[in-house]
Amino acid sequence: MSIAAQQSPRVAQPPPPHGPTRVRGGLLDPKQLIRSFPDALRKLNPAALWRNPVMFIVEIGSAFTTVLAIVHPTVFAWLTTCWLWLTVVFANLAEAVAEGRGKAQAETLRRAKKETVARRLRDWTPGAERPDEEAVPAQLLRLGDIVVIEAGQTIPGDGDVVEGIASVDESAITGESAPVIRESGGDRSAVTGGTKVLSDRIVVRITQRPGESFIDRMIALVEGANRQKTPNEIALNILLAALTIIFLLAVATLQPLAVYSKAQTPAAPDNAALTSHGVTGVVLVSLLVCLIPTTIGALLSAIGIAGMDRLVQRNVLAMSGRAVEAAGDVNTLLLDKTGTITLGNRQAREFTPVDGVDEKALADAAQLASLADETPEGRSIVVHAKQRYGLRERQVNCATWVPFTAQTRMSGVDLTEGAGVVRRIRKGASSAVLKWVRDHGGHTSDHVAMVVDGVSASGGTPLVVAEARSGEPARALGVIDLKDVVKAGMRERFDAMRRMGIRTVMITGDNPLTARAIAAEAGVDDFLAEAKPEDKMDLIRREQEGGKLVAMTGDGTNDAPALAQADVGVAMNTGTSAAKEAGNMVDLDSDPTKLIEIVQIGKQLLITRGALTTFSIANDIAKYFAIIPAMFAAVYPGLDRLNVMRLASPSSAILSAVIFNALVIVALIPLALRGVRYRPSSAAALLRRNLLVYGVGGIVTPFVGIKLIDLAVHFLPGV
Amino acid sequence: MGSTGAGALLIVSLVVALAAAYRPVGDWLYRVFTGRRHWRVERVIYRLVGVDPDGEQNWGGYARSVLAFSAVSVLFLYAFLRLQNRLWLSLGRPPVKPDQAWNTAASFVTNTNWQSYSGESTMGHLVQMAGLTVQNFSSAAVGIAVAVALVRGFARGRTGRLGNFWVDLVRVCLRVLLPVAVVGALVFVAAGAVDNLSAGHDAHTPAGAAQRLPGGPVASQEIIKEFGTNGGGFYNANSAHPFENPTSWTNWLQIFLLLVIGFSLPRAFGRMVGDKRQGLAIALVMAVLALGSVIAINGFQLAHRGTVPQAVGAATEGVEARFGVPQSATFAAATTLTSTGAVDSVHDSYTALGGGVAMANMMLGEVAPGGTGSGLYGILVLAVITVFVAGLMVGRTPEYLGKKISAREIKFASLYFLTTPGLVLVGAAAAMALKAARVSMLNTGPHGLSEVLYAYTSAANNNGSAFAGLNADTAWYNTTLGVTMLLGRFVPMIFVLGLAGALAAQRPVPVSAGTLRTHQPLFAGMVVGVVLIAVALTYLPALALGPLAEGL
Repeated sequence: MSIAAQQSPRVAQPPPPHGPTRVRGGLLDPKQLIRSFPDALRKLNPAALWRNPVMFIVEIGSAFTTVLAIVHPTVFAWLTTCWLWLTVVFANLAEAVAEGRGKAQAETLRRAKKETVARRLRDWTPGAERPDEEAVPAQLLRLGDIVVIEAGQTIPGDGDVVEGIASVDESAITGESAPVIRESGGDRSAVTGGTKVLSDRIVVRITQRPGESFIDRMIALVEGANRQKTPNEIALNILLAALTIIFLLAVATLQPLAVYSKAQTPAAPDNAALTSHGVTGVVLVSLLVCLIPTTIGALLSAIGIAGMDRLVQRNVLAMSGRAVEAAGDVNTLLLDKTGTITLGNRQAREFTPVDGVDEKALADAAQLASLADETPEGRSIVVHAKQRYGLRERQVNCATWVPFTAQTRMSGVDLTEGAGVVRRIRKGASSAVLKWVRDHGGHTSDHVAMVVDGVSASGGTPLVVAEARSGEPARALGVIDLKDVVKAGMRERFDAMRRMGIRTVMITGDNPLTARAIAAEAGVDDFLAEAKPEDKMDLIRREQEGGKLVAMTGDGTNDAPALAQADVGVAMNTGTSAAKEAGNMVDLDSDPTKLIEIVQIGKQLLITRGALTTFSIANDIAKYFAIIPAMFAAVYPGLDRLNVMRLASPSSAILSAVIFNALVIVALIPLALRGVRYRPSSAAALLRRNLLVYGVGGIVTPFVGIKLIDLAVHFLPGV
Repeated sequence: MGSTGAGALLIVSLVVALAAAYRPVGDWLYRVFTGRRHWRVERVIYRLVGVDPDGEQNWGGYARSVLAFSAVSVLFLYAFLRLQNRLWLSLGRPPVKPDQAWNTAASFVTNTNWQSYSGESTMGHLVQMAGLTVQNFSSAAVGIAVAVALVRGFARGRTGRLGNFWVDLVRVCLRVLLPVAVVGALVFVAAGAVDNLSAGHDAHTPAGAAQRLPGGPVASQEIIKEFGTNGGGFYNANSAHPFENPTSWTNWLQIFLLLVIGFSLPRAFGRMVGDKRQGLAIALVMAVLALGSVIAINGFQLAHRGTVPQAVGAATEGVEARFGVPQSATFAAATTLTSTGAVDSVHDSYTALGGGVAMANMMLGEVAPGGTGSGLYGILVLAVITVFVAGLMVGRTPEYLGKKISAREIKFASLYFLTTPGLVLVGAAAAMALKAARVSMLNTGPHGLSEVLYAYTSAANNNGSAFAGLNADTAWYNTTLGVTMLLGRFVPMIFVLGLAGALAAQRPVPVSAGTLRTHQPLFAGMVVGVVLIAVALTYLPALALGPLAEGL
């Protein structure tokens, strides 16, 4: 259940119980327009409107025509004035509706941010039995404070678990009601203020400053409180401002020419558009408003807000609009193999002994080495040994567990078998284990390498098992084949990426052979095998050197530098707070494939802007054909040939153009909020389609629209 | 062969010739811009001027050099015109009056060559040779230098260096313009153009009237007038004068010369950015616009509805009888499309719509193919604006030739885009609003308005041709048109160089399947659309009260 679905009053039926459902962006309820109306009126304040130069000009023009209409009241002047004001109101309405959707979401987040009292620990040290405790209001917590939370209590602030393990209900943030496990150490240590501990007791080190919690940031983001214009939005605004200035010049300089032209033909009677003092003020303002790019000017900020909103609906929080835009530009997508491309749980499939080792002895050693290994892979080895060879799990005494580290890339156990005899068993990546064998006096046969290559080539992950007894050289016992399962539908998604011009790179700790097999199976373009965290970083740097934009997901603390370096870094919500701090987006569902959707949302955002800009400019052609003959056909009858729409009268033509200009804003609000349709395809195909729909459509639509409005308007008395 | 057939043959032969010249001329220009070796004579010049030919400039330095060189040129030419009576070969002519000297100096330095004087009765031979003709070379070279700097901005990455203005200037003059000018002048002399230092001959017409036939260094000025898209004639009649343009084939040659650099520069551009197809796409955009305009102007002149044109089969008023309608109409289209402004017929006498097309050609911003250099940088700026909108529609931050078009680039492009229409519209509106300016109008009604609009369009776009029914030799017109020409030339140049600097500083973005292909017909067509719509939308109200009111 997503936040939007949970809180939005417009969702009637309860969402299905399993899995996150998504509210599709752009479902626009007419009621929402009415609800946002007061906000739209409030936005008429020039102090707020001047940030939008196009609409600011329209407002000044409307104010000017209001004065003219008061001085020389006519039906035409008043109707035009009303519709000019409506143009501004509709523009504000677009923004207000877009913001309104965010506000509803912010409201529910605020509810999560209840007043809580924190139990702060003084002088806490790891393992301390009974530290001093004091009660402080949550908002007074500072960076570095240590607090304790027990079952049923709300976590007072963002932090990392430093002691204990607990199940936590994070539905306030993620909308997902299933509890998650949070524990000290590792990559699942981050907790978020406002979430609730369901069981056990944890000690948390606060990692936020007062008032800067994750929820605070979420509220600010969805409300658009500190929304800054993104780079592309700024560039587009400059272009729109330039067009506005050009049209302002074109309209302002028309007046002397009009005065001259009128004077040349004194016989032509004055009309609503042209008098001997030139074009009337109302008509000049109408011409200006119709020509300047009001459509895109009105919808530009709504498009930006809605783009962020679409991400929120997919449970992704973008820390800046800039990151969303960058997502559309991404050239290279780094995807961790495990959990993203494959199901994550590799299963032991086969034990292959080498150099004459007994198969059962290998299974025994493998099981021993994996007893303390709580990863799904480790469990599957134990289970496989039990099922296939009847080896039971057992309690081992005098054992020292050697945990897996990213540096050694192996784990195992040291067993003390009698006086001074230590049996050391290791399992892990073949290169690491074989090196260990050599380092311990053993030698490695070609047989091992052959088996390892065979497993790798078949897409499995080979783990080499080796042992060393005190006083004897180490030897390799055999190879465990861990099978990797590629998720369904990945190949299609990567094909789509390729069509969009995005290269996918799979990151894996596997050896190159395995990696190649899985890469081929999943259909990624490239892979980085036996990757250490710094390799990832190097790869990102290398890509960026070549001018490419890189996106990646990550959750662990060791991902943090790469997340910070990547142009789009999506941190998983389950990850550490270091990762969340480093990335510029957080995925609340912790779904690494979400990156693909984020890229599409980024592209859709830019396409919507481009499409509506094209539409807005293309519209002007028809408006010229409506207004120019209306203004000057009385003086130069030949210009009536330009009146291709055969509009009824000069005043109805001008009024119709103004009304069309205002109504098209309202008509396009749903499109602005939803974003234009986007299907991954090549640039040429996208351009062809959008140019046809929004370019050619933008030329044709107003001819039809203005004519239809004119058919209705010309019945009005006084027009 | 009828007029239409002759016109078609003329147009087809020009297209074939320009297409044939595209590669060799473009490659030759490319070698001039990118060659590493300096000629010995060039080294001497660099030493005399005191520049290090291998020291490159950033965009600010390049712009300062352009402005400084041009400012000195204006001052020098102004002084020359004011002092011509004290110099040799003045033919006893008085100094040019201050406002006209200002206008003329601005006009020739900006490659406009608007002439509010009549050459054969105002200028001495030395001013023509050492003043005006020198500017015909250098102003053309300045335009090309700025275009080359912009192309370097696209071609280079992560640098501030855009080349050396002085090297570009000297090389274009010495390696491109001078050799062609020497050969071309001889060709014109062979065809019958005059080239002497004579004060003129007295002759008697068969009717017994006395007539003075002024001579002068004509052919040597004629060749660079066309090749450098200048357009300032030795005689008031310009290319309609038999001493400047003796016969039909020299008329063809003149049209070819004024188009050839403009159409070949895209080839050099394509080679410099490492993708010839990009150059071809730009050349084709220019060609489509130019062909459309040539056909339109020929159509309006050959098939006019008026009584007299119907009777004689075409609009022959103001057309030199030696050339006829198609040659004149095609010349008119070429001269207004290239910011040349040379004329072999009177544009003021064209049909309303035919004259309107000539005006619209200039309003395109002189990009099809435009003046030497200025046409290329003009169309590239429009391509940048097109890329911005088109690029958004494919879902990426727009990029052109591997360079991202973001706020800084679009700022320079927008300012460029704003300047010329602003100058035209403000100038024309002011002239129409002021009684002192309106007295220059010799016509009433929409045609009078067209003449004023044409004058400011021509000045701001650095074309130089005129709707002659306007007395432009007044203090108002000399002064304001002079200012308009200077602003219309150098303000856009600064923005172009700023854009070049912003582009050069970027790291190039690699091409992927998601990149907008800017060499494909779809994009080229969109550039054509943007050029046309940008013009129509900006100037349509003004055009409606001028040529459209008269012609519809």
